[in-house]
Amino acid sequence: MTAQTGIGARVKRKEDQRFLTGTGRYVDDLPLARATYAHFLRSPHAHAKIKSIDTSAAAKMPGVVAIFTGKDTADAKVGGLICGWVVKDKHGQPHKAPPHPVMALDTVRYVGDTVAMVVANSHDEAKDAAEAIKVDYEMLPANVDLATALDKGAPQIHAEAPGNLIYDWELGVKADVDAAFAKAAHVTKLDLVNNRLIPNAMEPRAAAAEYDKGTGNYTLWSTSQNPHVLRLILSAFVLGIPEHKLRVIAPDVGGGFGSKIFCYNEETMVTWAASRVGRPIKWTAERSESFQTDAHGRDHVTHAELALDKDGKFLGLKVETIANMGAYLSTFSTAVPTYLYATLLAGQYTTPVIYANVKAALTNTAPVDAYRGAGRPEATFVIESIVSKAAKELKMDPAELRRKNFIPANAFPYQTPVALQYDSGNYPPIIDEAIKIADYKGFEARRAEAKSRGKLRGIGFSSYIEACGLGPSRVIGQLGGGVGQWESAELRFNPTGNVQILTGAHSHGQSHETTFAQVVSDKLGVPIENIEVVHGDTATTPFGMGSYGSRSLAVGGSAIVKAADKIIAKGKKIAAHLMEASVADVVFEGGTFKVAGTDKAVPLGQAVFAAYVPHNYPLEELEPGMDENAFYDPSNFVYPAGTQICEVEVDPDTGEVEIVNFTAVDDFGNIVNPMIVEGQVHGGIVQGVGQALLENAVYDKETGQLVSGSYMDYTMPRADDVPSFKLGNKVTPCPHNPLGVKGCGEAGAIAAPAAVMNAVHDALAPVGVSHVPMPATPLNVWQAIHGARPAAE
Amino acid sequence: MYDFHYHRPKTLADAVNLLKGKDEARPMSGGMTLIPTLKQRLAKPSDVVDLGGIKDLAGIKVEGNNVVIGGMTRHADVASSADVKSAIPALAHLAGHIGDPAVRNRGTIGGSVANNDPAADYPAAVLALGATITTNTGKHAADSFFKGLFETALSDGELITSISFPKAEKAAYMKFPNPASRYAMVGVFVAKTAAGVRVAVTGAGPSVFRVKAMEDALAKNFSSAAIKDIKIPADGLNSDIHASAEYRAHLVNVMARRAVDAATK
Repeated sequence: MTAQTGIGARVKRKEDQRFLTGTGRYVDDLPLARATYAHFLRSPHAHAKIKSIDTSAAAKMPGVVAIFTGKDTADAKVGGLICGWVVKDKHGQPHKAPPHPVMALDTVRYVGDTVAMVVANSHDEAKDAAEAIKVDYEMLPANVDLATALDKGAPQIHAEAPGNLIYDWELGVKADVDAAFAKAAHVTKLDLVNNRLIPNAMEPRAAAAEYDKGTGNYTLWSTSQNPHVLRLILSAFVLGIPEHKLRVIAPDVGGGFGSKIFCYNEETMVTWAASRVGRPIKWTAERSESFQTDAHGRDHVTHAELALDKDGKFLGLKVETIANMGAYLSTFSTAVPTYLYATLLAGQYTTPVIYANVKAALTNTAPVDAYRGAGRPEATFVIESIVSKAAKELKMDPAELRRKNFIPANAFPYQTPVALQYDSGNYPPIIDEAIKIADYKGFEARRAEAKSRGKLRGIGFSSYIEACGLGPSRVIGQLGGGVGQWESAELRFNPTGNVQILTGAHSHGQSHETTFAQVVSDKLGVPIENIEVVHGDTATTPFGMGSYGSRSLAVGGSAIVKAADKIIAKGKKIAAHLMEASVADVVFEGGTFKVAGTDKAVPLGQAVFAAYVPHNYPLEELEPGMDENAFYDPSNFVYPAGTQICEVEVDPDTGEVEIVNFTAVDDFGNIVNPMIVEGQVHGGIVQGVGQALLENAVYDKETGQLVSGSYMDYTMPRADDVPSFKLGNKVTPCPHNPLGVKGCGEAGAIAAPAAVMNAVHDALAPVGVSHVPMPATPLNVWQAIHGARPAAE
Repeated sequence: MYDFHYHRPKTLADAVNLLKGKDEARPMSGGMTLIPTLKQRLAKPSDVVDLGGIKDLAGIKVEGNNVVIGGMTRHADVASSADVKSAIPALAHLAGHIGDPAVRNRGTIGGSVANNDPAADYPAAVLALGATITTNTGKHAADSFFKGLFETALSDGELITSISFPKAEKAAYMKFPNPASRYAMVGVFVAKTAAGVRVAVTGAGPSVFRVKAMEDALAKNFSSAAIKDIKIPADGLNSDIHASAEYRAHLVNVMARRAVDAATK
């Protein structure tokens, strides 16, 4: 019955019916009676003192309901936004935590910082009024440049963080690494910039809030990846509305990529103001607001050194990174360049000693936080770039150098020198498979053929590891995380035998409605059309931690399996009663309870019905009803790994890079829906290719303005920028979760930048280019070639 | 966007009358530039006069040695026109690569040429082919039409009714698109007509311009080898995060050579 819909089946996405026919329901679609509309006046300056704000003319404009400024929120004692992860610096001191008011009080610190909120009968009227607000600014020196943010004399952004330093953090023992370097036969050095990205979810952030005067209850609809966590933050830290009086609903959400994890000021203000206005308030970001105010991603400046012995074995790795925090600390910003970055620097290799030093710096830019991969793409870019560079310097085959240093299959569980213990993996067969699919052997012939057409062809490897499936709560707590990282699930059967999966995870593109239903269909033998996944509403689902860090199936799916086991255990007792058998003799197979060796059978549906109409039922021993919940806290992270091989052709006349072949072989453990996993890999690779070749968030160093503030200047990857991907997979099941699954949501984006950039560097090596900045845009490539050419040419 | 009065006249005369005497009135053809500008509140016209209701402004006909395209003709119609494809295939190709399908089905040739966006494609074709721009008040030669950044010889209230392109013996357009917007970062239209050889460059400077040195070389020898060493000075060219002036200058040569190769294929 469930072979076509169970674990391993390519079930078409249940949610696509509504998404593809335009019947999804997003925050902005909500019909709210008597709604008002909010518009936020934003700072046009990168850094300025607010001398005065005059709202008197604006308040008299047609349709205006209310105007709020930072003074109003301060008077009402609205709390600031929080950073939920305390990172201790190398002296054991907690990171500097400058205040993050929901509305600017006396200073604006980046272009887009929130200055005032106008609530009006229509969005246009709110915008008209915002233009009539007079703000007297006194300009302050600004800095948007990460490389100079910590320099002496750089503009001071928060008094609480002298020298703009949030923390100076380290992992590993420097002396041990120095000793390893002293013995090295070769040291490869690398300087790189991990370019800043803007998430660009298809649906912009939106919030709508309603206050019920009769009950004192608030409802907030938000484009959130984690509605319970958002409610917790708003309740416990920012607004003080008790959790049970605040309902947060994240309905259909059109993509997040991390940017919708965080608690933002707009949703806070909409909720707070709803009770003051006495009418519902709606806000939807315009695309230019998304560019300016969604938390950005990446943005590192790094120097790395790799020590190797004469045979190419890695002896040690040193990494120094400055990470941009932007103008304020976003919700999980501090963890991204530390515990999600430096802990991954072992990669797939046996590098015995590693030292990482990370300095987090403030700049007059939008806050920076987790973005698809969050720290792990940055780590992979460092490792896989320096390994490929070392192979070039040593004239070794890049695949061979990787193989020589892979953690062997018999070494798992493997304790890395950077805190993590990898649970499982087998890396050599992955790279072998990738090499086969990519026809690596035939590459030199393809390179020669390309040369005859005037094109420079190159090939690049990226063998990534990631830690995801966040995560073991005890470890998270030890590292300074402010929350648990378990997940919840409830299986609520109805008397007629169909079932709701209530999950604390949230789907904003991940296909939970299909994947989770497949898990239950497989475990309980329920037809998939009789299964409904319910998520995203604090009033209807159990408390959950939401979706990010490729955790939904590994953690949320495991909770579902635990709940399904409870359903089976209870069902066995009911069935035993109905069959007049001993519970110990009842087995559950293909959706039916049976007594082994007899023809007695009770389908699950019959047991469910008996539980709700308990006329013939062991009421003395068993509660009626069929509704079980479970919480699952993983014992470790999960460790997907893989190898990508990218092949490019560079047009030396124009600097254009074309990706001509792209292979990805991954180990995601067991796979529930291969089609959905392939889709995740495709999307991830495209985002990684976007970072490598196209996307770049640029602030003007003089004015502090966001130059790449629209699609006219921010290059999103398009379908014709990528080839058809060649995928493969290898399976080492995760040993510590019941499904044996690892996460697949971020892998593509984690590995691809290094694969692409290594291919670009390989292509350009024959013309003397050793470094192209990322993204390898036509301009950057052309300038690299031009600069590398002898002046006479 | 800000409020404005919207008009949709049925005749050219009505349109001209509606625009007359109103300082802040704006004509709208396809609206592909004006509407985004309005949405961003970067323009605040009192009146918008939509030319889409004027039926006889759209259409393509062949008159002797010329292809005459009505000002309100959509890019998609130019791209798919058998007359254009047969007389000046490069022009059909150019129109078929403007923007995306939505833009091509709304945007018009008259709107594009009147707007004279420095990164628009059509001005390169108009200038390279030596087209004649006809308006409600007279005619303009291409050489005296494009005046500078978003500036043309059009007077207030003057509307493009048609553009007449002489048939080309050889012609091709090569565009290096801006990676983000996919407007022309550098676009070069090379044409050999009865009047001679012309090379027009869009995207690289504040307005479309001709490259005389390349024209002279190609007049003698219509081959890419003839212009290989003709360098364009970077002075005065556009510079932004996608391309420096030097890079644009370099691309002019590359695109010109590729256009010549395509025209001689």
